[in-house]
Amino acid sequence: MSNRTLAVVSAGLGQPSSTRLLADRLAAATGRSLLGQGIQAAVDVVELRGHAHDLTNNLVSGVPTGNLRAAIDSVVDADALIAVTPIFTASYSGLFKMFFDVLEPESLAGKPVLIAATGGTPRHSLALEHALRPLFAYLRSVVVPTAVYAASEDWGTGGGDGRALTERIDRAAGELAALLGGRDRQKPSDPYEDPTPFADLLGA
Amino acid sequence: MQFGVFTVGDVTTDPTTGRTPSEAERIKAMVTIALKAEEVGLDVFATGEHHNPPFVPSSPTTMLGYIAARTERLVLSTSTTLITTNDPVKIAEDFAMLQHLADGRVDLMMGRGNTGPVYPWFGQDIRQGIPLAVENYHLLHRLWREDVVDWEGKFRTPLQSFTSTPRPLDGVPPFVWHGSIRSPEIAEQAAYYGDGFFANHIFWPKEHYVRLINLYRRRYEHYGHGSADQAIVGLGGQVFMRRRSQDAVREFRPYFDNAPVYGHGPSLEEFTEQTPLTVGSPQEVIDRTLGFRDHFGDYQRQLFLMDHAGLPLKTVLEQLDLLGEEVVPVLRKEFDSLRPAHVPEAPTHAALRAAAAAADTEKAGEA
Repeated sequence: MSNRTLAVVSAGLGQPSSTRLLADRLAAATGRSLLGQGIQAAVDVVELRGHAHDLTNNLVSGVPTGNLRAAIDSVVDADALIAVTPIFTASYSGLFKMFFDVLEPESLAGKPVLIAATGGTPRHSLALEHALRPLFAYLRSVVVPTAVYAASEDWGTGGGDGRALTERIDRAAGELAALLGGRDRQKPSDPYEDPTPFADLLGA
Repeated sequence: MQFGVFTVGDVTTDPTTGRTPSEAERIKAMVTIALKAEEVGLDVFATGEHHNPPFVPSSPTTMLGYIAARTERLVLSTSTTLITTNDPVKIAEDFAMLQHLADGRVDLMMGRGNTGPVYPWFGQDIRQGIPLAVENYHLLHRLWREDVVDWEGKFRTPLQSFTSTPRPLDGVPPFVWHGSIRSPEIAEQAAYYGDGFFANHIFWPKEHYVRLINLYRRRYEHYGHGSADQAIVGLGGQVFMRRRSQDAVREFRPYFDNAPVYGHGPSLEEFTEQTPLTVGSPQEVIDRTLGFRDHFGDYQRQLFLMDHAGLPLKTVLEQLDLLGEEVVPVLRKEFDSLRPAHVPEAPTHAALRAAAAAADTEKAGEA
């Protein structure tokens, strides 16, 4: 049995939050799917609500106050990421964007990512495709094909026609698990431990 | 160990009075601060270089030349000299000239500058920041060490049979520090040349600077300049003092809350916890500063940022009195007693001249 780490970022604001609920469902489904491949996943959830002030501080002054640094590290160091936001005003929430704005530009490159969102109406579901997917494309993450959107009404639907929320969750989680299981643990190179030799800088 | 002040040279409205100094007042205030630094027994005055308002110091060697004429002992330096947008030929000339006028009391700190528009204003591109810093400094290094230089690079016109004048005083180039907030490439550059490395230190948590300085020390040893603990390290710091800690906090808070760099963000308490900013009594400043050694090892130069965020000149001069009379003498004694014998002091012109003479004698002996 091998091990992988799974970071979950939830930008939900309510307590309890449907965004967090969806994030937990996706994490659990991914964990189950990984177990099927003989992989044990350790899940680390970052609730952005708890870092809202620290994110503002970081943007304004560059100083990641509180335990924001630990939250950033857990996401950057994870083998895969599940990113879930409520849809506000036709896009991801400002809080969600702030978190990805303070990451180093290269820090999510190559990382398998599952994107998901919640909203009051199903009419915003394409925000996943026109807002979240381009964000992670810019960060050069590898986003799985199925993005999961849960509108209020989805929490009350069942049926086996492939459209039910549970089925979409399982499909997306399966895609993430397949992507994650098929690759070795990737450790990004650390420029502070392993710097570019000066001769290369001079010759560049 | 050297102690001193470094200034950004910002013109900022005093948030407690609404008063904004004129450029003339600010420039004269910077000079007064430098003279005061010498008077209270500090070792170094360093000025920033900026080419956009609200900053006044666009011409550091002009200012430092004037200060040189009015001081006896003070080492004049920069924080930083823009190695990206200045012509390295002009840096070589300006600082060699300053070195002669100041009888060698000159060193300088290289920095890249992080204001995007300044690069195109000087015909450069911020995305080339690291390559510019690498190539320009390599040329500067040669201009001070080779009497006649043939050179061709990517960023300026080639040179054929060029001699930078005046030649460095006594044939000894000014000592160079490389300043960085975050770039491992600059730590690598400083290590390669055996130059000093100055960690700005004041904006980010110490864990970050520990990594940067450890990298510089390790690579300094790798390039054969000495052991890692002999590398030349400088640190920034930021303090505000009153005899009673609570008076310092009360007086400094409005300046902190409205400061251009970090105002309207973290609280004074959060910022104090996460960065070296110390607001309190002289004893608290002593304790905190001594603690830097625990994180970064024995180091050679400590510069404090004292005059920013609209603090009036009178207050800054009071701060310098406290720094020079109560803080630095204790720090000097403590740091000196803790530093092992094999760890060098920050290089001065006299020390570099003596080292060069010793190397020449050794060479002559071998011949």
